[in-house]
Amino acid sequence: MRQIAIYGKGGIGKSTTTQNTVAGLASIGKKVMIVGCDPKADSTRLILHAKAQNTVMDLVRELGTVEDLELEEVMKVGYGDVKCVESGGPEPGVGCAGRGVITAINFLEENGAYTDDLDFVFYDVLGDVVCGGFAMPIREGKAEEIYIVCSGEMMAMYAANNIAKGILKYASSGKVRLGGLICNSRNTDREDELIEALAKRLGTQMIHFVPRDNQVQRAELRRMTVIEYSPEHKQAEEYRTLAQKIADNKMLVVPTPLEMEELEDLLMEFGIMEVDDEENVGKAEAAA
Amino acid sequence: MSDKIKNIDGITKESTEALIAETLSVYPEKAKKKRAPHLGANDQASGSACVKSNKKTVPGVMSARGCAYAGAKGVVWGPIGDMVHVSHGPVGCGWYSWGTRRNLVSGINGVTQFAMQFTSDFQEKDIVYGGDKKLKTLLEEAKGLFPLAKGISVLSECPVGLIGDDINSVAKQSAKELDLPIIPCNCEGFRGVSQSLGHHISNDTIRDYIIETREFAEPSSPYDIALIGDYNIGGDVWAAKSLLEEIGLNVKATWTGDGELDKIAATHQVKLNLIHCYRSMNYMCKVMEEKYGIPWLEFNFFGPTKIRESLRAIAERFDDTIKENVEKVIAKYDPIMQAIIDEYKPRLDGKKVMLLVGGLRPRHTIGAYEDLGMECVGSGYEFAHTDDYDRTAPEMPNATVVYDDPSEYEFEKFVHALKPDLVGSGIKEKYVFQKMGIPFRQMHSWDYSGPYHAYQGFEIFARDVDMAVNSPTWKLVKSPF
Repeated sequence: MRQIAIYGKGGIGKSTTTQNTVAGLASIGKKVMIVGCDPKADSTRLILHAKAQNTVMDLVRELGTVEDLELEEVMKVGYGDVKCVESGGPEPGVGCAGRGVITAINFLEENGAYTDDLDFVFYDVLGDVVCGGFAMPIREGKAEEIYIVCSGEMMAMYAANNIAKGILKYASSGKVRLGGLICNSRNTDREDELIEALAKRLGTQMIHFVPRDNQVQRAELRRMTVIEYSPEHKQAEEYRTLAQKIADNKMLVVPTPLEMEELEDLLMEFGIMEVDDEENVGKAEAAA
Repeated sequence: MSDKIKNIDGITKESTEALIAETLSVYPEKAKKKRAPHLGANDQASGSACVKSNKKTVPGVMSARGCAYAGAKGVVWGPIGDMVHVSHGPVGCGWYSWGTRRNLVSGINGVTQFAMQFTSDFQEKDIVYGGDKKLKTLLEEAKGLFPLAKGISVLSECPVGLIGDDINSVAKQSAKELDLPIIPCNCEGFRGVSQSLGHHISNDTIRDYIIETREFAEPSSPYDIALIGDYNIGGDVWAAKSLLEEIGLNVKATWTGDGELDKIAATHQVKLNLIHCYRSMNYMCKVMEEKYGIPWLEFNFFGPTKIRESLRAIAERFDDTIKENVEKVIAKYDPIMQAIIDEYKPRLDGKKVMLLVGGLRPRHTIGAYEDLGMECVGSGYEFAHTDDYDRTAPEMPNATVVYDDPSEYEFEKFVHALKPDLVGSGIKEKYVFQKMGIPFRQMHSWDYSGPYHAYQGFEIFARDVDMAVNSPTWKLVKSPF
């Protein structure tokens, strides 16, 4: 069983990419479980065609304690026999979402959710690793393989680099490795080259460039993955390719995150930042 | 076990049920509905639980329960004498659990006869930046300061679980660097409904990190056993161990009272596990049975009747040598015990006792009171499960009240109604009942006395009960309640 965690900047398309990739893996006969590690609990809706799944923490709140919970109550099976669990958690601004992730993963372990027949477990994690709870999926004995979803936008790359720093910390004491960057295209200039270059600096690869296609949104409106909605569509083929590349991937590295200056140099190299920007820092438009 | 039905004058199923109904009547509807299944009249013949248990305490009532951390630190880990126990988190949990449980340790006075305790004393910055580095430093310092320690346990307090510090990874790394077993136990207080989950988590931790990591130095014999679930309160382990040795058994390890890490780690080599406190250690007995084929047997060393029954049951698991030894030992102690009974029974005969303790004593001590002529008219637990209440039914007289995780109000109400001559419970209850003018003994800590286990303990138990019940003090104080 390979356990894989997907990280990336908020709103970059982690959940969409994960579910489409998982559907791709399922379509080539792999047994997969998705564990949604985000209080928004939207990591499995395309697989289950559901608005919202009963999350582990929802039921814990209802029952009072996690000990009274049964696995069947929180594990649903969707497209391609993919098993789906959402950790759930509080609405923004209250409680402790990180503990929700820890509680949910402990529950799954103790109740035998990690069965031997599974080929893959995917953790779809909240955008920012804001506390130890969101690092739970990459603790020892859990995911050893991470993919970062990013795009050619500056902040997405900045986030990818920060996540690589987090991975470095865990990689130095454990087995967790970076498997690659997944570029979820925003149609920015020379995006593929830029992400290739960033990947190289991080010591990894751009495992796949997923082009932007509105077919993804059309499928989402029906709460489906593209793989299921239109298996013949070229976008479905992109996700199947990504799935196959992940299945075949052997390049697992300890990342070499960039210093802020190096990252800015890279952005300048690709014309996202102007070379003379430094002089103009802090100057208003009229003054500059 | 006796299959006779015991009845108490004036107590019937109807009277007990009426008492429960009256007690519940003051509660709001929702609380009443939640509490009702936790109170019941014992059906002695059924041999099964008459109450629901191991559920979340009803909000708003005063419960006597502790937390998972308390179950881990206070019960399972604390008694292991040759380890440093780290309360990882803010200082309060470590401070208030520091040497408070009377689990004695043998060794050189002031050098090795106490378990060593640390706390990482979390501050704001440790919450914000994480406590991993502090823990790593603490572990190095602990080894430096206590070079005799055989290992270190790291017991998570609540905030560690909330901020998600990975103590397991720190423990693993430091264990390698310091060449010392470092055992991480994720026993955050908010987990579970009572201290019971702390016991379970700790058992699992022993399974995952300790058992089978050592071997006994001496060659094995068919009489090798381990004493499980005795925490050496006031010296209980020493009383029980010497009796087991007297019948010819080798007590290779004690869990965890006066426990030694290396011996606990080698317990997979014994031939039989004898378990006193079923609630807190049944998990590891079952693991050792499944994994190493070691059978286990529950026994009861409170009072001569139960000791006699237990010794014979233990003898059944061994050859004739042990069986003969047991009969000799019983013959030797019977007259000594009879002399104790002859001394105290005349003053205690017919007196009534009510109990509220943790997970074992509310059933296990009943026989000892009965040996002294007393009757148990009500019993209950803080954190027992259904299998404990099943085991309680045959021990309790028929139709007496059984209470699970009772609120202080319920317990007081029952005591008011049943007017026992003695209440046996904990420090939180002690002064409530003494102020009501009712004799009281602490049954967690043996009220700074003990041991109460085995033949040696019964004499002390009888003396203490007599001292409490028949103290002239009670004639001099007049309770306003």
